[in-house]
Amino acid sequence: MNKTVNQKAWFFVIPVFVLVAFNAIIPLMTVVNYAFQETFGNNVFMWEGTRWFKQIMLSERFHASLGRQFLFTFIILFIQIPLGIAIALTMPKEGIGVPVCLVLMSMPLLIPWNVVGAMWNIFALPDIGFLGHSLNALGFDYNFTQQIGDAWFTTILMDVWHWTSLVVLLSYAGLRSIQPAYYQAAEIDGASRWAIFTKIELPKMKKVLTIAILLRFMDSFMIYTEPFVLTGGGPGNATAFLSIDLVKMALGQFDLGPAAAMSLIYFFIVLLVCWVFYTLMMRNEEKS
Amino acid sequence: MSLELKNVEKKIGLDTHIYSTNLKLEKNTINILLGPTLSGKTTLMQIMAGLDKPTNGEIWFNEQNVTGMKVQKRNVSMVYQQFINYPNFTVYDNIASPLKITGVSSDEIKQRVGKVAELLKLSGMLTKKPNELSGGQQQRTALARALVKDSDLILLDEPLANLDFKLREELREELPKLFENRDCIVVYATTEPSEALLLGGNTATLQEGKIIQYGKTLDTYNKPNSLVSAQVFSDPPMNIAKIKKSGDQCSFLQNDIQWKTKLNIKDGEYKVGIRPHNITTYKEGKNTLEIKGKVLISEISGSESLIHFTNGNLNWVSLSNGVFQKKVGDEMNLYMNTDEFVYFDQNERLVSNG
Repeated sequence: MNKTVNQKAWFFVIPVFVLVAFNAIIPLMTVVNYAFQETFGNNVFMWEGTRWFKQIMLSERFHASLGRQFLFTFIILFIQIPLGIAIALTMPKEGIGVPVCLVLMSMPLLIPWNVVGAMWNIFALPDIGFLGHSLNALGFDYNFTQQIGDAWFTTILMDVWHWTSLVVLLSYAGLRSIQPAYYQAAEIDGASRWAIFTKIELPKMKKVLTIAILLRFMDSFMIYTEPFVLTGGGPGNATAFLSIDLVKMALGQFDLGPAAAMSLIYFFIVLLVCWVFYTLMMRNEEKS
Repeated sequence: MSLELKNVEKKIGLDTHIYSTNLKLEKNTINILLGPTLSGKTTLMQIMAGLDKPTNGEIWFNEQNVTGMKVQKRNVSMVYQQFINYPNFTVYDNIASPLKITGVSSDEIKQRVGKVAELLKLSGMLTKKPNELSGGQQQRTALARALVKDSDLILLDEPLANLDFKLREELREELPKLFENRDCIVVYATTEPSEALLLGGNTATLQEGKIIQYGKTLDTYNKPNSLVSAQVFSDPPMNIAKIKKSGDQCSFLQNDIQWKTKLNIKDGEYKVGIRPHNITTYKEGKNTLEIKGKVLISEISGSESLIHFTNGNLNWVSLSNGVFQKKVGDEMNLYMNTDEFVYFDQNERLVSNG
């Protein structure tokens, strides 16, 4: 068969290529460029090889913020996923309650991130904030600007408030897609509520939960704005998660080389965890 | 053993889904609920099973009122149009699940699952998960789940509707065997007249929430009590034409084709129902009538050929054996078997057939 040659088709690819180049490839390459060189300004660069990478990998500061980051992410996943499923299970299945619940649930998701941080900052202030003042009035010694535990508690509470809705909405969509016949069949078998949950609902929600966990992992692992506005990474470095630490290094200390190396390592950690998790979850699905 | 619906009625809001229904199903019978989508088959089955309560009326099982009794206490099993199995159980565990809950010993479970798996040709795939099976095998698993416990009532809600043609044919032929020698009542809902004829037993024709007719499947087919029942039990749809009878002569109102009849009814206007397979391109039966037609559509279905044609201002459907195609717009002669005509009065009640 003779195929006609028509190179005009490339024109259709150009817009996408230009867009991706400007918003992904060029910035990433700049970072790569910085990661292997030292600069003193005036566009003078010196080749440093893998020095910055070695420095970051061995840096205790990096280990500490990475540890805080993993701890934070695990805590919020551990709370948000079960809580989200539980709320989705109790949401109404029909009637006027459905749109009402869905809209109420979406509200936190629609609020800009820095507003969330500012809201919670004021809300939690120990002297004038509703939460802070109430807790102190109840006899708790609460001050998130000074005590590490309180800072973590407030940051986690804020994230749970902000993002559990996403898990709820995804789980709810997953639950609604289960055909009523499954519940009837279970009823005929005499299955308990717990058995229905573990044997029907959870397996049927597997895919949507995988997406929920992935999204929440990525977002929480890269969290910046909300804790930055709420605690500024403090007290001390107690809530300086990876991206807060990174910005401090890059813009606060102007250590462009190490900061670039750290960005790349950060990027690969996110990529690796997502890939491993997704592959594990989807391992059995691909057979079918 | 018998299942009896007494004046059962189902309303949701202002909508009536099932109009007052009386029906008695006997032990060891297959009962087919035949009707188009939304005719109330599923609702009726859910009421029979106890998954849904009737708004009015009672359900009696073995001379005992079971209205409102929970489905778990009723020893019922059900198969759905969708392939309903526990997604992360193996085929073996899926089939065994109804037995495990009732506390049957594991030796007996093994033996009974083995037996029913063999019956449904699932023996080789007991360790697989449902999503590794084909649609046909998934539905076999669901059927096995329904058959493994000795239910008093087995309900099948269009179990073959989601299968592709070949698998459907295959499973359809096995179905009657599966219900043989079982001490239970089988209720089978379908939209397809051919399935009802193949399964035999009794058939109830349904239309818009009403049971139109209930009786032996062949009787219901051969002697529809009304035009509606006849239409439900005819696929492709029955041809309906107005006729006039005077003396022993009958004629269509829309053309001058005449034929002799032995009908012992008053002179006047009637309606005649002619099933598509009684209009053929060849003569069949002792008494045939010739009708001229102009081809509208010609299509082949399996080893039969459908010809839609016009005569006068009516559209007709004919179904002949053999595979052939006619050109659209062709004039042709077709033959109607008058012995198979079904006559209805102006109120669409059966007058007589033949």
